[in-house]
Amino acid sequence: MTGFARLLRAEWTKLRTVRGWVAGLTAICLLIVGLGLLFAAASHSSCSNGPVEVPCPTPPLGPDGVAVEDRFFLVSMPLDGNGVITARVNSMSGQIRLPDATPGVRNVTTGVVPWAKAGLMVKESTEQGAAYAAVMVTGGHGVRMQHNFTEDVAGGAQSVSSGSPRWLRLTRDQDTITGEESPDGKTWTGVGTARLEGLPAKVRIGLFAASPGHLTVTANSLGGSASASRFTQVTALVDEVKVAGTTSGTWDTDDIGVDHNLDGTPHHPGGLVRSGGTFAITGVGDIAPSTSESTIERSLSGLLIALVVVIVVAVLFVTAEYRRGLIGTTLLASPRRGRALAAKAVVVGAATFVSGLAGVAVTVPLARSIGRGNGVFTLPVSTLTEVRVIVGLAGVLAMAAVLALSLGAIFRRSAMAVIVALVALVVPYVLATASILPDEASRWLLRVTPAAGFAVQQSIPAYEHVTSYVAPVTGYFPLPPWGGFAVLCGYAVLALGLAVHRLNGRDA
Amino acid sequence: MEATIEVTGLRKRFGRTTALDGMTFGVLPGQVTGFVGPNGAGKSTTMRVVLGLDAPDEGRALVGGRPYRSLHTPLSHVGALLDAGALQPSRTARNHLLWLAHSQGLGARRVDEVLAQVGLTAQAARRRAGGYSLGMRQRLGIAAALLGDPPVLMLDEPFNGLDPEGIVWIRSFLRSLAAEGRTVLVSSHLMSELQDTADHLLVVGRGRVVADVGVAELIHAASRDRVTLRTSARTAAMSALARAGATVAAGEREAIVVSGLPAEAIVRTLGAHGVPFSEVSAHRATLEEAYLELTRDAVEFRGAAL
Repeated sequence: MTGFARLLRAEWTKLRTVRGWVAGLTAICLLIVGLGLLFAAASHSSCSNGPVEVPCPTPPLGPDGVAVEDRFFLVSMPLDGNGVITARVNSMSGQIRLPDATPGVRNVTTGVVPWAKAGLMVKESTEQGAAYAAVMVTGGHGVRMQHNFTEDVAGGAQSVSSGSPRWLRLTRDQDTITGEESPDGKTWTGVGTARLEGLPAKVRIGLFAASPGHLTVTANSLGGSASASRFTQVTALVDEVKVAGTTSGTWDTDDIGVDHNLDGTPHHPGGLVRSGGTFAITGVGDIAPSTSESTIERSLSGLLIALVVVIVVAVLFVTAEYRRGLIGTTLLASPRRGRALAAKAVVVGAATFVSGLAGVAVTVPLARSIGRGNGVFTLPVSTLTEVRVIVGLAGVLAMAAVLALSLGAIFRRSAMAVIVALVALVVPYVLATASILPDEASRWLLRVTPAAGFAVQQSIPAYEHVTSYVAPVTGYFPLPPWGGFAVLCGYAVLALGLAVHRLNGRDA
Repeated sequence: MEATIEVTGLRKRFGRTTALDGMTFGVLPGQVTGFVGPNGAGKSTTMRVVLGLDAPDEGRALVGGRPYRSLHTPLSHVGALLDAGALQPSRTARNHLLWLAHSQGLGARRVDEVLAQVGLTAQAARRRAGGYSLGMRQRLGIAAALLGDPPVLMLDEPFNGLDPEGIVWIRSFLRSLAAEGRTVLVSSHLMSELQDTADHLLVVGRGRVVADVGVAELIHAASRDRVTLRTSARTAAMSALARAGATVAAGEREAIVVSGLPAEAIVRTLGAHGVPFSEVSAHRATLEEAYLELTRDAVEFRGAAL
């Protein structure tokens, strides 16, 4: 056995032979599982249609398994094989419901929300969640090429206005769809290309319109904020519509994903009004990944309390030695002090990792199935993402342990080290996610403090093309998952380095 | 013989206090070396420097020819008892030794061996160290020092807190360790504790070595060819011997301490004067007496030097 392996074994023996520490390590796992399942069991979701309670609808899934919102108005015809559709979008107009000025009285204004969209689409079928590619004009983000809900490419920044229409063209060649735009129908610029794997020969091709809810974010009395989304609709005037390829030649209309009232009438229907060659298409809803349901990380409410236990155990693992003078014995057994402390860090980090991993790995699937029984839908993510969340959070706990241990070695006093670790890790996380601070301050905290590491738990990315309230309070972190984790690791390594420096520089 | 602990010119200050002031000595194997001096003389600091826990401002300390910090499995080179109270109270004695053993690549069997060696039963070893008496902690500390079967042992005040039985045990134990050829350095602030234990003495005061001397030699010097006489006729004996040219001093009860006259001459003189006596023996100073004489000289010497 090498010297370092011997030290690891010795530190592990130390850790496992103090009952309180073993209890703490076990508690890490149990707290995550217990509180997570308690939270899952206590969360219920009920849906009603008028006075009637109905099972909550689960969102449709897109081609790659992502839960999606697929609600829009489609004017299409079947296309067999390759084909091209061309059209001119002349204008977009609509209405937006605002917060009620007088309670109970609808407060509606005219206008188009930035991500209202209208344009051309090729879609596998009229089923919700079916594969598609579309080129479109938006209310405030110019021309875009989107496909399969999660993908979005920007074209020209110009939106339509009276007197300056946009020409759009969408070409299907096997499973490759190409979108182009033009100011005049003569000179064309490519916007984007999408490959829809396994697209059948027979698809739908046509025009569409959709308009996501209007999002308002208001500051609450504490300094945080709350958000609300309200009904909007858009009407696009489209003409010069030409379809080339093997088609039926007749237009069908589908109000995809529309809800129905109790009496069977559609709720907020879209629609089509044709006058001559002009199509006035009205759409409601959005074609986008769903972000409004529960996420896997929501079930990990026990994590924060587990983190407090991690900090206490890791700090005591080193400060107890200072308190009892045992550090002298440790350094007699390992006179190379940096290695002694590194062995301590590895052992407490690894033990925390294992306990945390067990807790998170059990909680995520169990909480999901409990939630399903309670009508709570958890947004599905890829296996890779789920593994990243589970392993990453165990890693966050492990790194928190290393950070806390290092602080313990630096301060040599339990109370001081625990307080500093809590202020570095727990306090910023709570402040940033509890709707207490303004969003900008929350983002700043989750960028510069060790709490940035929690970014690994974000399972649903913030899509630029989806209207949602993206802030720490809604589960969106300012740093990418591994980027945030790297910040935490940086702090842990820095603290460990400082602790080693201090241990080497002073008499034990 | 080569010294296994070598300390050369150690100096160390803690703030304005000089703890070590040119401490220099060597410790030989195969004997028990007493490291004595009043509290604050620098004994513990010297040991901590030798063991790499404290860094000296100047000088160097070697164990077996190497600095402690360069040793890979240090406990198999040096065993040390510094602070018997340095224990995690909730950990059992056996587990305390177990982690130490693991740090040196040793197993549980070695732990059980040293526990038996210091007389801690398996039952006692499974108890939490927090509930140990000071005497048991000393035994546990010695067990930890023995763990690596080291050729060098350094024990700081191992007699502290031991009952008389424990003191007897540790004396013979230290002697047997030295008899095995190990280097045994034992610090104490009480000279009497080292009586009949130490072969050699390092007397320290104010951060430096005051005397580096063999115990036999020291006691011999302190005894100075004196003879103890026991007699019921003390007055007659003292006057007769004084007349014969001896220096006499009344000792305790029936004893007289005679110097300046060999034992044979004393017996002859007393016989000639018809003075009865029950015992004539070479006077043997106690270690404590010898130490006090030595330190008195040292103090005087220091006074003169200033």
